[in-house]
Amino acid sequence: MTQRSDTGPSPVLALKDVSKSFGAVRALRDVSLELFPGEVHALAGENGAGKSTLIKTLAGVHRPDAGQVLLDGEPTVFHGPADARDAGIAVIYQEPTLFPDLSIAENIFMGRQPRRALGRIDHKATNAATLALMQRLGVELDPDRPARGLSIADQQIVEIAKALSFDARVLIMDEPTAALTGSEVARLFGVVRTLREQGAAVLFISHRLEEIFQICQRVTTLRDGAWISSELLDGMTEDDLVRRMVGRDLDELYPKQEVQAGEVALSVRRLTREGVFTDVSFEVRRGEIVGLAGLVGAGRTEVARAVFGVDRWDAGEVEVDGKALTNGAPSTAMAAGLALVPEDRRAQGLVMDMSIERNIGLTGLRTTVKAGLMNRGAERSRSLDWAVKLQVKYARIADAVSTLSGGNQQKVVLAKWLATGPKVLIVDEPTRGIDVGTKAEVHRLLSQLAADGVAVLMISSDLPEVLGMADRVLVMHEGRLTAEIPRSEATEESVMAAATGRAAA
Amino acid sequence: MADSSLARAVRWDTVVGALLIVVLLLSFGFVDGFGNALNLSFLIGNTLPIALIALPMTLLVVSGEIDLSVASTAGLSGAVMGALWNQGMTIETIIPLCLLLGAVCGLINGLLVTRLGLPSLAVTIGTLAAYRGIAQIVLGSDAVTDFPTQYLDFAAGRIGDTFIPYAFLPFLVLLAIAVVVLHATPFGRSLFAIGASEEAARFAGIRVKRQKLILFTMTGLMASLTGVFWALHYASARYDNATGLELAVIAAVLLGGIDFDGGKGTLGGAIAGVFLLGALQNVMSLQDVSAQSQIVVTGVLLVLSVLGPRVARQISVARAARSAG
Repeated sequence: MTQRSDTGPSPVLALKDVSKSFGAVRALRDVSLELFPGEVHALAGENGAGKSTLIKTLAGVHRPDAGQVLLDGEPTVFHGPADARDAGIAVIYQEPTLFPDLSIAENIFMGRQPRRALGRIDHKATNAATLALMQRLGVELDPDRPARGLSIADQQIVEIAKALSFDARVLIMDEPTAALTGSEVARLFGVVRTLREQGAAVLFISHRLEEIFQICQRVTTLRDGAWISSELLDGMTEDDLVRRMVGRDLDELYPKQEVQAGEVALSVRRLTREGVFTDVSFEVRRGEIVGLAGLVGAGRTEVARAVFGVDRWDAGEVEVDGKALTNGAPSTAMAAGLALVPEDRRAQGLVMDMSIERNIGLTGLRTTVKAGLMNRGAERSRSLDWAVKLQVKYARIADAVSTLSGGNQQKVVLAKWLATGPKVLIVDEPTRGIDVGTKAEVHRLLSQLAADGVAVLMISSDLPEVLGMADRVLVMHEGRLTAEIPRSEATEESVMAAATGRAAA
Repeated sequence: MADSSLARAVRWDTVVGALLIVVLLLSFGFVDGFGNALNLSFLIGNTLPIALIALPMTLLVVSGEIDLSVASTAGLSGAVMGALWNQGMTIETIIPLCLLLGAVCGLINGLLVTRLGLPSLAVTIGTLAAYRGIAQIVLGSDAVTDFPTQYLDFAAGRIGDTFIPYAFLPFLVLLAIAVVVLHATPFGRSLFAIGASEEAARFAGIRVKRQKLILFTMTGLMASLTGVFWALHYASARYDNATGLELAVIAAVLLGGIDFDGGKGTLGGAIAGVFLLGALQNVMSLQDVSAQSQIVVTGVLLVLSVLGPRVARQISVARAARSAG
């Protein structure tokens, strides 16, 4: 299918032996990359492999220390992002930043709307141009709709439309699927295929390997800032790709241990929060990992928040080890042995400006105390213990957590909660946006916790993760539990059917 | 990046402390009348109201909130104290009542902020006007001056011929308590977390609203204590006592390196900022700079102390970008 490697068209954008250092850190070493029109090219590598630096070099944010950027075969220097944009290069980020109060059309044509006499903005022409862009993408979005309230998936479509309005020939997509649901990913891939057929070159970054195989033709792998390989995906297996990324065979990605389930540890009965979720009942036993699947917006995160007490519930009850929890009181939930690793680690899981030590220490403010005062020695050894146990990679324990990579930040959140010795652990999207090596570590950890008798409730939009790790899968659809599927019967089809409300299993 | 900003906050304390020492040394050397014990006791005595309110204000700003009504609460306490004294009540009954009143004023601020979710800046501008208005209704334009002499002597006097006012000693005790609370207790630790990221603090099981309510109440209590001290120190209870004091307190606290956005700073720095401002005001008075001009200087200091850390941050970002790019 794609045999254009040597004889076909020449690359529209390329890097040749590019190196880039920040201080003593060599982020890129002699990296080469060729992007061809009509091809989706994957960029693979663990966190810290140099993917971000490479993207920023292509986008004109960084200038290479050595090597060249070639545009249509000609050496080029981008003096800033505007140069790259004018050259037809657009970057679509994981979480777009639109003006919430402006319409879709206004966002796309911000600052360059078609004008009528006296410089008045021609809304009709703006909307018509927007509709034309949407048709090119094969998507139905009302140009007049304000950006506020659009799903992340729709916001990305708006960004892509904006890029097209700039006549972008190269589209760089930085983890666009990280926050999308299955059906949204499918639509995005439809758009990407359309763009490819129209001759665009796409650089696609994702931590989800199956997506790379689904949508890309060629892959370039980076490891520790160095170029490892560029090759056609045809004929490669996921294991091949992982080996190139991590430089060794990865132990199993889903190391699920068989554990005999014990007593009920978490019991949720008829829990309701008006307009958000209704009549949700389930139990999690000691030693079990229960997956909670569903589309984004189905109410999974909201149930977790209410159970932990960050939000109030309107009806129902929650018990941990037979003890009823107080409505809307995280501190009592913690005291009862409940821990929540939240969805958004940067805003909810961590105080980014605080040190690793103190972030882990935040859950110990009641325990690392002597005579009413902080026991700093106990706090430090507690934090060090858990940072070491979870193999967090850091320079000093007193460094701010914002200096860590995403995967290591997530380990700090886990450390913070495991340090409380929880009986019930709720993890919300525990591996979102972290590299495959760390992901396997997190899975091993969850499996070990269950084996040690902890009850684990795992919310995840990553279906292979749910299927690989969970003993049972609960599925939510539009605020209600629609299915409970045992491990033996859980398949992508059965879970998705329940998640989209097509069938009750 | 954030680590270096942490380091800078630590350095900023030291900078303010060093600046205080430099200003004091220069004043000893070059300002006539500065170095004698009487003037120094005036300096400390006149700075004490700022210092007293700066203690809870530091905790409040660290937690990401602010209270602009403190000077009005102090004025209201003084006015009520005067009115009750005119009624013939004993001072031993009046003072506890005034402190209770201050705590209630603070509690009202706290409830408006935590229960209704209103921004503290707006709430306390409102109560700044309201509390002062009530003070005027309570006492009118009277000035009450005939408080018992032993109280007046304590509030205005100094220990023998030294430069230390009597009132400085209880302040040192309160300072020690505040330092321990902010820097050595779980409560203080939780305030830094709340100020840096309220949401993350809530997800860590910290009772954010309760902590804030406690802080606002303590701030009201300390403001009324300051109002009582003010009326006795200057032997005059009037409705307009301590007008504008909130400006000095906030300027001093920010000057001392407490980040206006919350989450950063130390009490040592804040108190160094307070006495730096106090020393400057004292020197200006000795040099016959008018009270109006002194307020201008305070205002400029406030702007500079907010601006300074930001400029420093931008310089360091620019430098990092240059070394990176």
